[in-house]
Amino acid sequence: MIYEPSMVAVVIFLLFVGFTLGLSFYLGGKAKSSQGYFAAHGQIPWFINGVAFAGDYLSAASFLGICGMIAFYGYDGFLYSIGYLAGWIVALFVVAEPMKRLGKFTFADALDAKYGSRGIRLAAGISTLAVSMFYLIPQMVGAGVLIQPLLGFPHWVGVLMVGAIVIVIVVTAGMVSTTWVQFLKGSLLVVFSLILTVILLGRGFETAPGGIDGYAFREYGPFDTKATFEEWDLPSELTEGEKVESLSSDKTTILRFEDAKLERPSYWSVYSKNENEKYLLEAQTVGTSPSGETLVNGQVKGTQKGEPELHPIGYISELPDGQEKTGPLGPLSFFSTLQESEVVLWASQPGVDDEGQSLTVYYQKPTPGSQILRPGEHPRFAGIRSDHWLDKLNFLSLMLALFCGTASLPHILIRYYTVKDEASARKSTIVGIASIGFFYVLTLYLGLGAMTSGSMDVTNSNMAAPLLAKSISELLFAIISAIAFTTVLGTVSGLILASAGAVTHDLVSNFRTVEMTDHEKVRLAKIASVAVGGIAIVLGILFEKLNVSYLVGWAFSVAASANLPSLVVPLFWKGVTRQGIISAVIVGMTSSLGWILLSGDTYSKVYGLPAEDALAPFSQPGIITIPLGFLTLVVVSLLTKEKTED
Amino acid sequence: MQTANARIGLVLFMIYLVLYGGFVFLNAFSAETMEITPFAGVNLAILSGFGLIIAAFILAMIYGLIARSESTNASEGGKK
Repeated sequence: MIYEPSMVAVVIFLLFVGFTLGLSFYLGGKAKSSQGYFAAHGQIPWFINGVAFAGDYLSAASFLGICGMIAFYGYDGFLYSIGYLAGWIVALFVVAEPMKRLGKFTFADALDAKYGSRGIRLAAGISTLAVSMFYLIPQMVGAGVLIQPLLGFPHWVGVLMVGAIVIVIVVTAGMVSTTWVQFLKGSLLVVFSLILTVILLGRGFETAPGGIDGYAFREYGPFDTKATFEEWDLPSELTEGEKVESLSSDKTTILRFEDAKLERPSYWSVYSKNENEKYLLEAQTVGTSPSGETLVNGQVKGTQKGEPELHPIGYISELPDGQEKTGPLGPLSFFSTLQESEVVLWASQPGVDDEGQSLTVYYQKPTPGSQILRPGEHPRFAGIRSDHWLDKLNFLSLMLALFCGTASLPHILIRYYTVKDEASARKSTIVGIASIGFFYVLTLYLGLGAMTSGSMDVTNSNMAAPLLAKSISELLFAIISAIAFTTVLGTVSGLILASAGAVTHDLVSNFRTVEMTDHEKVRLAKIASVAVGGIAIVLGILFEKLNVSYLVGWAFSVAASANLPSLVVPLFWKGVTRQGIISAVIVGMTSSLGWILLSGDTYSKVYGLPAEDALAPFSQPGIITIPLGFLTLVVVSLLTKEKTED
Repeated sequence: MQTANARIGLVLFMIYLVLYGGFVFLNAFSAETMEITPFAGVNLAILSGFGLIIAAFILAMIYGLIARSESTNASEGGKK
């Protein structure tokens, strides 16, 4: 699709960024000590901190990734919502209060307070850096993805801008301004998602033959299922049909015709409506011309409205009882109506050979609502419908990592030090759960609303939420895009601050014989922020093509495997030794990272090698490496017990 | 660290673990069950998903209330 940068969007976006920066400078004047820089003097009110939790946590992956996944595949994206929220239960009931009681700046503090070991600080500091980096990459990539349609800049400019703005925010004021940015962003995100949902319900569903650009995709049939397509009574405009070699596991037949109507070849998919009827549905293609231009549906892609572009998708083909329009719907009838409807989803087949050029064909997949609203339709979750136990294990592993990961994320953990006591830590976690839970309920409405809004970009699921807003009004699009962008800013600043804290308190102070002064600590943290920010910018540019929500799942696995055992076990068992903790952090971190690097997903998506050659039997490490971390902690503690007692 | 708050937290955590575990295992081993529509034409997948989110909120509120009343009791006890 062509994204025209709109003036409104640019103005609103600049207002957001300007306000955020202004706030940073204003608050920056107040934070002088290291206590102020890293933990906002422990003076943030619990309600503000609670909403800031939501701001920290609802990253680009939550907002853009989940909405996009629901919009393109249905219910499965919501499984992420459920898992992400469930993790907060671990945070609230198990980790929050002891963390607050024992620590000062970083989670290594909490461990150090108990065991007084440099090794623990070092290991915990390194794992904080590793997890933060893993989590930073998708945020930076998300920023690049957003800036393109919003302001019309290329990917790398977006990444560079976010990096620069965040570094300014973090360097000027540290945790105080970061917290207020998070608060602002968290509340705006929830409020505007609610507004969108209310508008969606008021709008109801409507059937359409295509997207909002008014193009009706051509459809011919029914044809006899027993005859071959050469024998069908085809419309006169389609001649010289040939079957395209099928490369995907999907058994859909793709055909190519000389198309008299378009005066160039067109691609079609064969859809079996039932046992006796087949239909020919028009597809869309994206390719590259010999001179390097992007071709959409066989024409050079335009740069302005009215020039060739892909048609927007996402529409309902059938409503219950043959209705054409439902009118306003309630929060439950929204689902029950969709359950009885049929929605046209789109699938893709890359690597189609078109006279020597490689094309990606996007084809229609009319899908009953009952299928869209059930788990297991997304390829990543399809395992739950297979009989192979390894596929089921992959699913269990992901859900376990989401459950255990939240409470182990460094940028979430440091937020326990910005409030004054344990009661405030508890209360702000409850506020966090309420706002995050409410938002996740809305993601299902937003995702399904986007799916049926007729405005989706078939090539980019990350844009689902902003495009849904665009189908309602340009102003709403501008606001939602600006919020999404602030979302990235907020999460990135939290992560950079967590990394800077780890470098200052856990790595550097650890190896200096002379205690650093407050001033030195803050200066060091600022230098570390610039360095981490710089690395994040480079990685964000390098990993442009990697799927956003995908990396986040991995960050959760690494966080849970490395940090959770050391956070939880000492609370319940007095026999834990410092050697036990050090080895648990190291084993958890290296095993989960190693597993990820050797998994089929990394093989196919990063190295470009066949997924079957991968050494790890399935992609999500959590179910093996989280228990492994716990086991290491217990075993090493038992082995080293006598030594520490002596 | 076995404070009263931690014990309550642990009990509530276990309750949620059972709910979440039940949901995940039902999805993994009996995905078809999630397709039935027990209430208002909405399927079990959506109802149980919303249920889990609401349950998390309710448990969090319970914890907030009990934990607070306990600390006030303790301080009152201290005064007597």
